[in-house]
Amino acid sequence: MITEGAIQSLNTTGKAAKYFLVLALAYLLFGLLMGVIGGFQYLLPPFLKEHLSFQQTRPLHVYLVITWIFTAAQAGLYYYLPEISKRPVYWPAGIWLHFIMQAGVSVFIITCFFMGYFGGREYLEFPPLLGAFILLSWVPFVINFFFTLKPNYTTAPVYTWMWSTGILFFFITVSESYLWLFEHFKTNIVRDLTVQWKALGSMVGSWNMLVYGTGMYIMEKTSGDTKASRSPLAFFFYFLGLTNLMFNWGHHTYIVPAAPWVKTVAYVISMTELLILAHLIYQWRKTISGARKNYHILPYRLLSFADVWIILNLALALAISVPSWNYYTHGTHITVAHAMGSTIGINTMILFASVFFIVQAENPGMIQKRKSLTGKFLWLTNISLLIFWISMLAMGVIKISGKLNNQAFQTIMARSRDFFSLFTYSGVLVMVGLSLLAWFAVKSLSGRN
Amino acid sequence: MMKVSIFAGLFFSYTIYSIIIYTKGTANDVILPAAEQAKVNKGKSLFQQYNCTSCHQLYGLGGYLGPELTTAWSDKNRGELYMKAFLKAGGARMPNFQFTSEEIEAILSYLKYVDSTAVTYKNPYMK
Repeated sequence: MITEGAIQSLNTTGKAAKYFLVLALAYLLFGLLMGVIGGFQYLLPPFLKEHLSFQQTRPLHVYLVITWIFTAAQAGLYYYLPEISKRPVYWPAGIWLHFIMQAGVSVFIITCFFMGYFGGREYLEFPPLLGAFILLSWVPFVINFFFTLKPNYTTAPVYTWMWSTGILFFFITVSESYLWLFEHFKTNIVRDLTVQWKALGSMVGSWNMLVYGTGMYIMEKTSGDTKASRSPLAFFFYFLGLTNLMFNWGHHTYIVPAAPWVKTVAYVISMTELLILAHLIYQWRKTISGARKNYHILPYRLLSFADVWIILNLALALAISVPSWNYYTHGTHITVAHAMGSTIGINTMILFASVFFIVQAENPGMIQKRKSLTGKFLWLTNISLLIFWISMLAMGVIKISGKLNNQAFQTIMARSRDFFSLFTYSGVLVMVGLSLLAWFAVKSLSGRN
Repeated sequence: MMKVSIFAGLFFSYTIYSIIIYTKGTANDVILPAAEQAKVNKGKSLFQQYNCTSCHQLYGLGGYLGPELTTAWSDKNRGELYMKAFLKAGGARMPNFQFTSEEIEAILSYLKYVDSTAVTYKNPYMK
């Protein structure tokens, strides 16, 4: 029997989850804006150079879009936990505490960037102390996740494993990325950079686990098939993904003079992703027919787009993991294309599937009424993203050819100019498409038809 | 139970592998005298404090608006004086950070040190 207290607790959780969603979308929109300004700074170097330089727009963009990814995943989890566990969230006040702490840390970090206080480390460009506060803000979330779900890992579905892994490795990798504060790492550039690549590579894997777990959960809910997420195949790919999270980061370090076996391990592990690619291609016909059948379901449509991006990015990742190619592609926009394809094409599509899954539950009429419009926003985003992605690959190819011909940096930049334009303007369209989707989601969540 | 065992096995391997990476896997041949090391440390702090990584890469880590700096010191088209000029006055893309002469020397020492470690970067076929 459900008590009145439990109903009240569920209502509070739903409300808090919606606030988290809006916060996550705010991170995304602000982050995209900073990315677009950064794009224009490629085209017009003096643009805002003295007031909001690239030195500031880039870390703002990176911090905000990364925070969008994990905040949207957390928002989804707060919404799904009571449904999965069949009990109210363990500590409802903890959700608000988490919200306040996270928003507070973000205000500090953004202020630091605007005022020019940096930690100067890739991804974590804010002063180091704030990294500790990020981890601290996650503590109420961790308590709520484990104490509400009380997972029994012998019978739990694969998405519970993925979420748990994502949380565990987020703590491990954020802590690891601050090892440079110790002399043993700080004074040895090879160790410092290798460990930094190791921490960052696995950190990306940690939030991928949170996002892909969410994707699996939504897929289960929309298809009604509860067997897939408990199947041996699902667990085989989970463990393959986990192995890659732990060991494949080394393909970023082929040019760093660490021990040669670090590269060999990374290369061998990276190539196991071929199995994932082969499986996706094998499943492709099924994906297409499923997409056609369920095209009217917005979250399903978003997951289908994510599938296309997984194939494109996985193929690219495998290609750039081959050492002899990596030597040329590393440090070019081909690496950025991989990062953008993954964070926007895969993660953002899956997270929007989660957002609209919640919107559908909260305001089903709105999705049905505007399905044609949302479809247009979605196509706008994905076509623009494809142009954006291709333009970065082209910039990478120009840089490689420039390096091979010993061209000066300025010459390579001048030769890339047309693609910088394409990259910036298609980036603007990606921002417009995602902003329209976000606007529609917020409007629907607020209950206005 | 099997799933838990596989996870435990992988996690144990990851822990051991991390320890090896933190020690033997990243041992460095370039050892600097104490005074030089102090200067390099200062240069590194400045490099981070001014967030140089947002535009420049070291070993492929960092932004793309400015050139890669791993081997800038020994690059015959760039080198010490070329970098000094940019550090002093900025450029079309690079703001003028108003560095003092001492700070410029420290940053250059850091970049010289990075360059001295870049053996596999200069020769990718070297083991």
